Amino acid sequence: MSTEHDNPAGAAAEGEIWELRLYVAGQTPKSLKAVENLQRMCEEHLPGRYKIEVVDLLKNPRLAKEDEIVAIPTLIRKLPDPIRRVIGDLSNVEKALVGLQLRPTTKVP
Amino acid sequence: MTQMTQISRDDTSWQSLPKAPSGIRGLDDITGGGLPRGRPTLVCGSAGCGKTLLAMEFLVRGVREYGEPGVFFAFEETAHELAQNVRSLGFDLEEMEAAGQISVEHIHIERSEIEEAGEFDLEGLFIRLGLAIDTIGAKRVVLDTLETLFAGFDNEAVLRSELRRLFRWLKDRGVTAVITAERGDGKLTRQGLEEYVSDCVILLDHRVNDQMSTRRLRVVKYRGTAHGTNEYPFLIDAHGFSVLPLTSLGLDHPASTERVSTGIERLDGMLQGGVYRGSSVLLSGTAGTGKSSISAHMAAAACRRGERALYYSFEESTAQILRNMRSIGLELAPMVERGLLAIVSSRPTLHGLEMHLATMHKHITELDPKLVVVDPISNFITSGTASEAHAMLLRLVDFLKAREITAVFVSLVSGGGVMEATDQGISSLIDTWILLRDIELGGERNRGLHVLKSRGTAHSNQVREFLLTSKGVELRDVYVGPDGVLTGSMRLAQEARERAASLARQQQIASKQRELDRKRAALDAQLAAMRAEFAAEEHELELLIAAEVDADQRLVADRTTMARSRKADAAKEGGT
Repeated sequence: MSTEHDNPAGAAAEGEIWELRLYVAGQTPKSLKAVENLQRMCEEHLPGRYKIEVVDLLKNPRLAKEDEIVAIPTLIRKLPDPIRRVIGDLSNVEKALVGLQLRPTTKVP
Repeated sequence: MTQMTQISRDDTSWQSLPKAPSGIRGLDDITGGGLPRGRPTLVCGSAGCGKTLLAMEFLVRGVREYGEPGVFFAFEETAHELAQNVRSLGFDLEEMEAAGQISVEHIHIERSEIEEAGEFDLEGLFIRLGLAIDTIGAKRVVLDTLETLFAGFDNEAVLRSELRRLFRWLKDRGVTAVITAERGDGKLTRQGLEEYVSDCVILLDHRVNDQMSTRRLRVVKYRGTAHGTNEYPFLIDAHGFSVLPLTSLGLDHPASTERVSTGIERLDGMLQGGVYRGSSVLLSGTAGTGKSSISAHMAAAACRRGERALYYSFEESTAQILRNMRSIGLELAPMVERGLLAIVSSRPTLHGLEMHLATMHKHITELDPKLVVVDPISNFITSGTASEAHAMLLRLVDFLKAREITAVFVSLVSGGGVMEATDQGISSLIDTWILLRDIELGGERNRGLHVLKSRGTAHSNQVREFLLTSKGVELRDVYVGPDGVLTGSMRLAQEARERAASLARQQQIASKQRELDRKRAALDAQLAAMRAEFAAEEHELELLIAAEVDADQRLVADRTTMARSRKADAAKEGGT
């Protein structure tokens, strides 16, 4: 699988803590799946240096406007800069990794 | 006013489907009261045809006129841009937002910032919409332009099912929604949104014909409502949107029996006291026959009655009209100052016909005049085809009649043609047609006027000569005599000749009279002389007769004496 020196973003973020925020709306199968997929992905690619915050928009609907959320689930990489967005339940791991820039877009696994 | 009567007239048929009045002028007329309440309406059209504005006005009017708060979800423009765009129309979005009447929210979707990784839905949009609606208690929702979503996401299947859910959800929330969409090739919308919105679809169109642009609106579909199916012209101006539904009106104009003066006494006389209020008057004639002067008199007469008049001048500027009318003793300036008379001067080619009609519509609605002059209608031909001009005038006449406004149309007839025909073929729309013509005779041109027709009036059949004097328009009888109809100096000359002839005749009669007297006197004298002569003769003859008788008696006496002397038996002789 991927190695971190192959990834400029990942390399630059060596030792840096990744701050990820996942927006869901209630405990739907899709959101549960997204949480599960995200945790697995982080364990695999960012072991020990990630922080996941799950925001339930049904409880905090105002955040939807503030963070400009349209699709659910939406994953936002708050740190490192720049902000990246991935939508969906993250079942497509390749695309999720590209979206989070955990893997260069050109590299084919 | 028009709207009210229209709605109330068909009141019963609207009961089945509750409507949310859009407040947009004209749109509520053709939809029979507004957009379907609690349901989504699709507004589609190509770029720049006014979709966003229609949606925005629907929302703003909802707040202002019907007290219904609204939510505007903008997918293309930011709230700030929108506020700027509609400020020129007098809509202060920021103020309304601060007052909690309107909520404008920009939905930012940037394709390049989003990576799709797996299944998703648009619950975020629903949550935002739901929150916005709940925050201000919105009754109206606008989604402009929803199709932008298709550019933002790859997974079309998800989008379509989400849109279907969105429309369902909007209905369940009971909000009256307007969804705008871009016109697609061969389809109403690029993404086929009309499949999801099945209650009401409005199509906006913007086309250019002969370098004149016309915007048109058509209600493609309106479930459960009889709606006007025509294309209606609409316009966007400083006061927003207006649709012109004038052709949908039936022939149910009120008919007043009140007559209003034309401001020219003799013309009133020809028309039995003036024209009916709310009727249409056509003044047609060749160039320079005084059409504008008569129409200005009519406008001035309305102002003198304390009514407002609106004068459209498509040939002369306001100052020019004021000056020219002053030269014939008609002071319009004080009426303009008092706000009774409004003169609108513009070139007919300034806008397309629809725009003209719409502008007039708007002026008339705002000013509420009792008399409208359009001078001249012939110029409209230059800004459209004849059939378009005709349709436009038909609408205008209808509109004015419905409001009981007396309409005065001026039509320039090109010389040489048949006087009794107008280029616009609108004579059938006209109630009173006054024809002005040149009468050329004896090396001069004079103006003649006659009433060609006047519905419901036993009008005069006389041709009058009419003069533009420094005291206004004056009508004179033309000279009709054995030598035909004479006008102008020919009339004056003829009248002088007649006067001379009459004088001569009188003198002749007097002299004949005198001759008769003389003859009678002569005769009398003669008779007297004859009688005297006769008397003399008579006397003489009597004397002669007396002498004869005397002589005769003497003879008899002599004979007797002689017989006696001769002793003849006279008795015997005498006895036989």
